[in-house]
Amino acid sequence: MKIIVCVKRVPDTTTQVKVGPDGKSLDPAGVTFGPNPYDEFAVEEALRIKEKRAQGEVVVLSVGVAETAQVLRTYLAMGADRAILLKDDQPYRDNFAVASALASTIRTMPFDLLLFGKQAVDDDGSQVGSITARLLGIPVVNTVVKLELGEGKAKCHREIEGGHEEVEVTLPAAITTQKGLNEPRFASLTGIMAAKKKPFEEKPAPAGESRLQVLKMEPPPKRPAGRIVGKGLDGVPELVKALHDEAKVV
Amino acid sequence: MPGPILVFVEQRDGKPKKQSLEALSEGRRLATALSVPVVAALFGEGVKPVAGTLAHYGADRILVGDSPNLRHYSTDGYAKLLGDAVQAAGAQAVLLSATAMGKDLAGYVAGGLETSVAADCTGTSVVDGKLQVRRPVYAGKAVVTLGFAKLPAVLTLRPNVFPLSAADTARTAPVEDVACPFGLADLKSVVKDVVTSAGKKIELTEANIIVSGGRGLKGPENFPLIEELAQVLGGAVGASRAVVDAGWRPHEDQVGQTGKTVSPSLYVAVGISGAIQHLAGMSSSKFIVAINKDPDAPIFKIADYGIVGDLFEVVPALTAAFRKFLGG
Repeated sequence: MKIIVCVKRVPDTTTQVKVGPDGKSLDPAGVTFGPNPYDEFAVEEALRIKEKRAQGEVVVLSVGVAETAQVLRTYLAMGADRAILLKDDQPYRDNFAVASALASTIRTMPFDLLLFGKQAVDDDGSQVGSITARLLGIPVVNTVVKLELGEGKAKCHREIEGGHEEVEVTLPAAITTQKGLNEPRFASLTGIMAAKKKPFEEKPAPAGESRLQVLKMEPPPKRPAGRIVGKGLDGVPELVKALHDEAKVV
Repeated sequence: MPGPILVFVEQRDGKPKKQSLEALSEGRRLATALSVPVVAALFGEGVKPVAGTLAHYGADRILVGDSPNLRHYSTDGYAKLLGDAVQAAGAQAVLLSATAMGKDLAGYVAGGLETSVAADCTGTSVVDGKLQVRRPVYAGKAVVTLGFAKLPAVLTLRPNVFPLSAADTARTAPVEDVACPFGLADLKSVVKDVVTSAGKKIELTEANIIVSGGRGLKGPENFPLIEELAQVLGGAVGASRAVVDAGWRPHEDQVGQTGKTVSPSLYVAVGISGAIQHLAGMSSSKFIVAINKDPDAPIFKIADYGIVGDLFEVVPALTAAFRKFLGG
């Protein structure tokens, strides 16, 4: 089984976001970048499928700046077989432009399964998996927490409001992974050493035309200053009163 | 001539979902500002009888796909029908609520239209006759304003953010049938079953009130304190990442950057210090209450009302006070 995992380099979730001088993008100064947490579930699942079948190939693919290579090497160290970086110098690429670049590369590769993290924790759009799948003419199942592969088919449990849906999908298919699917492994020392010798292909990302235009980026609206209504039990009647009389939510 | 606003209306058990009616309400406001009509699209089996009610929320035309083939949601099936409707109507924008279904469908429809999705929008506006949206990025640590270089625009709207218009029951609109162009055998993805989580009554992302617990609870055995308060308030139970990672609560309860983003009317954070990842998931709540023994906990910086104190003392007293207040 050939599995392609699409991944992204993102700011660490503890990052304090500052808007850059252009007023439209993140100021990268002092920001630590690394793997997208949801992608780790996708890579882990791909490795488990390959290990269980004792055959197949896991390719990690990304559209990103040159430094994305580091993230891809992390996945090679976890056990992926090879990596492809579509090096991107465009200052902004929306979900369609990313999906088009991915799709144009994936179209040239044989695959049975296409995995994505369900969301990248920078743009938080959760759309690249679905758009890529549609461009490739394959089905998609999003936010998957359990995956069972059969012959030419897969059964997926996907998270929905108040429960989950069991979805049957024909392969090849795109699947986006949600926390709960598995526990991603850490790279071992031998994995890190082996990663250095694994095939790593780097080529320019195809130009992609964004349909969305970022007009501005701002800090979120400030919440009005709150107040401590009391200490310990003294606060209880005050809180009930405030929520009823002022906030009118209870 | 820019076309109408098309709103996809999701239904559960034949009833339009509130989140979709919020999207329809917002679609109406936008359409009025743009001087264009609103088209609502409703798919399912046996849904036609309720279709007319969508006029109450502002639809000028209602498209109904009513077929046994649409009984269960299918990404490719619904996307085909919705994409065709967008093109046939010449819509300039299609709006969906950012529910599990809406998020799933939006990208697949957008891909078919060779366009992007402005996902999880929290604001819309019309500037010089053109649509703009606002949406949070970096888990709400920043907000971007987006314009659209190419139409149609595909938007998902964050639930609980856009006001639901009062139903105007005197308003009517024509209901038109849309033929289902595929058979079940043509579908590549099919929902086989829907499993509801045991004992779950209110879904976090749909809840009007949420009571969340954090590490301050000291152990899973103390979560009944949270559950009781939530029950008295008619709310849902949430949790911080720390307690989910510790295995005290299931992942579906997690609020924050690697969990759910919620915007209830009232969010009560109990024993949660307020790590930036948690704040990201709940800071768009209308009112925030924090109960924590550490007066310097970051959660107090964004809380509207705070109680500094021992949660084991404060929460049971609060539950009792609300029970008395709401019961009497």
